[in-house]
Amino acid sequence: MSGRVSLINDRDQINALQDLIVEGAEEMGYAKGARFALRLAVEEAIANAFRHGHKNLPADTPVEVAYDLSDERVFVSVEDQGPGFVPDAVPDPTLDENLETPGGRGLVLMRAYMTRIAHNPTGNRVEMELRRPESV
Amino acid sequence: MAGSDSRIRVKETEGVTLIEFIDRNILDEANIQAIGEEIASLIERAPKPKLLVSFANVDHLSSAALGTLITVNTKIRNKGGKLCLANIDPQIYEVFVITRLNQLFEIKESTDEAMKVFG
Repeated sequence: MSGRVSLINDRDQINALQDLIVEGAEEMGYAKGARFALRLAVEEAIANAFRHGHKNLPADTPVEVAYDLSDERVFVSVEDQGPGFVPDAVPDPTLDENLETPGGRGLVLMRAYMTRIAHNPTGNRVEMELRRPESV
Repeated sequence: MAGSDSRIRVKETEGVTLIEFIDRNILDEANIQAIGEEIASLIERAPKPKLLVSFANVDHLSSAALGTLITVNTKIRNKGGKLCLANIDPQIYEVFVITRLNQLFEIKESTDEAMKVFG
């Protein structure tokens, strides 16, 4: 199961896409924990794209989401039309001195829950992969 | 207490404000912002706020919701009050552990346990 969606910042559209990916994973036998991880990571990637990537762009600017589900792994990419960012420059919110900073946890959660995440050199596209545990 | 379009239920018990979420997924940033504003107004009204936030029936929680909880915690502490979280599903608790926010927040297994925190 694979597809590509041009997504605007509309909750119903975002929910529908998350449901599509998570329900697709369920049909392929991915466990509850994997589906929880997928919904969270996709949510955070899309939220980051709109909140940060499209901060200075018109509200109806779409992000491009591609997904590909197989028995071995789920792949999702999210590409925004913003200027990009440097992931390593984002302060680590898990450090004691940043623990009370309200933002910056989306990336931490994506890294924790996905098997692999990678940004393109511009930093406006993130690729995430969740491998089925037994196939790691 | 909460308006008809509110995404939270608010109840006063023994001087403690108990907050429960209506939605199973706390993901939508607009909703999260509205929830944050509603809780902020509860904090403003109380001289020394005591808030118990219950996550019973919550299945998903985003980093935006965590950010709002941090802001709420800071506001309560600045007024000399106390915040306690309870009824967190193990999967969601893991989100708190990954982000180390389990070390920032006081978290109890049940509402009854959390009520004891407020003495």
